[in-house]
Amino acid sequence: MAAIHKKPCTASKSSTESKRTDLKSNEKKGSWAYYMTNSPLLIVMIGLPARGKTYMSKKLTRYLNWIGVPTKVFNLGAYRREAVQSYKSYDFFRHDNEEAMKIRKQCALVALQDVKTYLSEEGGQIAVFDATNTTRERRTLIVNFAQENSFKVFFVESVCDDPEVIAENIMEVKVSSPDYPERDRESVMEDFLKRIECYKVTYQPLDPDKHDMNLSFIKVINVGRRFLVNKVQDSIQSKIVYYLMNIHVHSHSIYLCRHGESLHNLEGRLGGDSGLSERGKKFAVELKAFVKEHNLFDLKVWTSQLKRTIQTAEELGVPYEQWKILNEIDAGMCEEMTYAMIEEKYPEEFAMRDQDKYHYRYPGGESYQDLVQRLEPVIMELERQGNVLVICHQAVMRCLLAYFLDKGADDLPYMKCPLHTVLKLTPVAYGCKVEMFDLKVEAVNTHRDRPLIKVKTPPPMFRRNSFDPLSTKDQIKRPRMYSMGNFSPPPTLPPPAFASTRISEGIESVQRENSVDCFSAPDTGEKST
Amino acid sequence: MLDNEDHLLENHPRELTQNPLKKIWMPHKNSHIGHRRVCMTNCPTLIVTVGLPARGKTYISKKLTRYLNWIGVPTKEFNVGDYRRECLKIYKSFEFFRPDNEEGVKIRRQCAMSALNDVRQYLSVEGGQVAVFDATNTTRDRRGTIMKFAEQNGFKVFFVESVCEDPEVIAQNIVQVKLGNPDYMNCSSEEAIEDFMERIKCYETSYQPLDEDLDSDVSYIKIMDVGRRYLVNRVVDHIQSRIVYYLMNIHITPRSIYLCRHGESDLNIKGRIGGDSGLSSRGKEFAKHLRSFLEEQKIKDLKIWTSQMKRTIQTAECLGVPYEQWKSLNEIDAGVCEEMMYEEIQEHFPLEFALRDQDKYRYRYPKGESYEDLVQRLEPVIMELERQENVLVICHQAVMRCLLAYFLDKTSHELPYLKCPLHTVLKLTPVAYGCKVESVYLGVESVNTHRDRPENVNVQRSTEDALQTVPAHL
Repeated sequence: MAAIHKKPCTASKSSTESKRTDLKSNEKKGSWAYYMTNSPLLIVMIGLPARGKTYMSKKLTRYLNWIGVPTKVFNLGAYRREAVQSYKSYDFFRHDNEEAMKIRKQCALVALQDVKTYLSEEGGQIAVFDATNTTRERRTLIVNFAQENSFKVFFVESVCDDPEVIAENIMEVKVSSPDYPERDRESVMEDFLKRIECYKVTYQPLDPDKHDMNLSFIKVINVGRRFLVNKVQDSIQSKIVYYLMNIHVHSHSIYLCRHGESLHNLEGRLGGDSGLSERGKKFAVELKAFVKEHNLFDLKVWTSQLKRTIQTAEELGVPYEQWKILNEIDAGMCEEMTYAMIEEKYPEEFAMRDQDKYHYRYPGGESYQDLVQRLEPVIMELERQGNVLVICHQAVMRCLLAYFLDKGADDLPYMKCPLHTVLKLTPVAYGCKVEMFDLKVEAVNTHRDRPLIKVKTPPPMFRRNSFDPLSTKDQIKRPRMYSMGNFSPPPTLPPPAFASTRISEGIESVQRENSVDCFSAPDTGEKST
Repeated sequence: MLDNEDHLLENHPRELTQNPLKKIWMPHKNSHIGHRRVCMTNCPTLIVTVGLPARGKTYISKKLTRYLNWIGVPTKEFNVGDYRRECLKIYKSFEFFRPDNEEGVKIRRQCAMSALNDVRQYLSVEGGQVAVFDATNTTRDRRGTIMKFAEQNGFKVFFVESVCEDPEVIAQNIVQVKLGNPDYMNCSSEEAIEDFMERIKCYETSYQPLDEDLDSDVSYIKIMDVGRRYLVNRVVDHIQSRIVYYLMNIHITPRSIYLCRHGESDLNIKGRIGGDSGLSSRGKEFAKHLRSFLEEQKIKDLKIWTSQMKRTIQTAECLGVPYEQWKSLNEIDAGVCEEMMYEEIQEHFPLEFALRDQDKYRYRYPKGESYEDLVQRLEPVIMELERQENVLVICHQAVMRCLLAYFLDKTSHELPYLKCPLHTVLKLTPVAYGCKVESVYLGVESVNTHRDRPENVNVQRSTEDALQTVPAHL
């Protein structure tokens, strides 16, 4: 009999009330979706094994974190694996195995304790309790726990009777589970199907007509063919329902790339609406060949409404759709300046941006955080679609990539999205496979690394929408420069201080799951443009 | 139809020109100023309501139509009851609806067919994208006919069924919308209610609700007990997904929405647009009056929303209660024209100024936004307003026009010229199928910032003609 020594490693338990308030106020730095929640929410998954609970838990968590609602998954299987070091067989899950039942219940209680810590002390807003939760008894326990702690509860039940879907699930994620380290596929399948049978005996699905009519829940039937939604209480639950109704499990790939190198890129200028350089045009031609080569079924092509992405798409010779919300981050008063110019003119702004690049908003412009809000409908639509190629911009691409690769606010603004490179994202198991295709057309490097010394400073002031850079005392409002036909040259143009960088040649790097390290820029002290 | 689908006829790459009105880059050949349709769906969609009388079908149809039109999807509702009233000039009694009334059945069938013909006209010929077919459609047979019709014409079908057995809700419905109905113009309330209840009975025996098994291949949403529960089956595309999300967020709990602008700002006084200035002294006075107004109104659980611009926040600060800031509520971005007076815009950008007057809804400021962009930006605000109960939104002129247009079902022509004066609160209360508006002027003087469409919108016009309607300022 395995005694329970410890629970799986989670965040430290050192927090106090004030820490939670601190964290909460930090997070509440205007995260647009944060307003949707007041009391913490406990999302409880329900369903037999191999019904996609963990898939939905992880995806939902990734989405909620991306829109700025601190969310965490608590997977009961992981707790069980901690408690029972080695899994022998499905016998453990028999409902008449008293000893095992005791252990499993104990694990649930430990997991719920961690949920409580996360939501009450560590600044979490939503906890996803990923377990089968197939009996009314277990669910009542959870509901009582939530009530005691003033958490709202929302159930997500996955019901599926399509044997093909179930078999595919098992192959996709169970075969590689820690429970089955060395088994061959067939015996895994056999054992797992028996495991499911153990649960079926005591499974009590949610009953919307009588017993569970006052609970808030969504029942997902047959992988999204049908949904039953009961008593949605607030906006965040409504958003969760909308999200779950838009995701699917069909195989598809999303291609992300930036426009070809632009004239502004050549000069190291931010933003603006310039056209492609010669090399940029060449990239567009290469992109066309790439698309043909990959023979993509029913590919949709999306661009922003800025000239450089549209010019790139034009070359492909296929229909494309323009989205204004895919436009590059608005640099406000810094539009069309180079970094050197910004540093000279607004040194304090420049410094502040390095302190907290995610939350920093350009005067009269946007922040990465604003960008995420703006891009949310794109993500929702990408979830609905099949194969899509999105031709966008550096900051935009970082935001989209961060969603797919589950990168937080710290890493997002420093992800590497070089010009003339296409990223292919394919959902696999619980994450996303990334393949990088360098189309071998030279371009400038527009990436600015994280500064070496990260000084611990108080969070930057949050600019509402003023045109005044927070630092400047100069009260004269400057009109924004624009290039619409008449291009008014800026005061001084320092010579470009960069060399065009050769991106690593012809390497198709295939990354598994969530770790894509080439996109988290290390602090190399590289000279920035 | 996408922007460049006739690429098949041309060589690549094509030269790009920027449409001067909407600032959209298009291949050279398409440089005419066309109305770019929102690409939400490839084929037209036919939404079909299902349900016994007094279940909120018309309420849902009208609301949904209003929402879809506002977000730019051309939508029209076709109420079979209206067709029946056209056909059968005088309504006598519920007997008309008895299932054994052969002639009644014939006439009703004809009306449905007539309506479907108009649907076909709207979707296939007139450029409509969504048609809402509002009728009881309670039998599988009738629904089958409609689905066949849709298939023949290449329309997708989505059913919206409303199921409700709560007698209180039904009674409320009848009082709210049936008593004022042309059918019951000449009866007393009691007679009307009695007759209507009999009418419902006529449908009940033959009612075949959408069934999980028998209708498993049909796309639909079943709304139960006014939104307490939903069953959603086979959503196939983006527009259906949006419709489901919308329907799941609306409610009928009585409440009011208060819309107003920030108090008069320093830039307002100078006749300048945009920017991020603070309140003038009169603006501050307004904020105080607003506070008194709210206290008088004694509004239950009022939520207060502002933009992230100084002037709305300063206004809210005076109220002494918590408020929430939304960046999406920020004023329209006037791009290069920010902080300019209309006179200056005319002086520096006379072409832009004229284009704006030609099509104020679609016109996008250089490096800025259009009203059309604003609507897209405000859609989440509308969605959240639908979920909420009592809310006060302190915003800006263009923003307020967009929100108001949604609630009052104004077209894109009317929207940019809606009157939203400073220091005036609009109280919107949903009633029957629409919205009651009460305008409350809080008695603090301010400049007028409303600029009507001038007579001469020609790009060659004189400065005098261009500035004809500019309101007075310092």
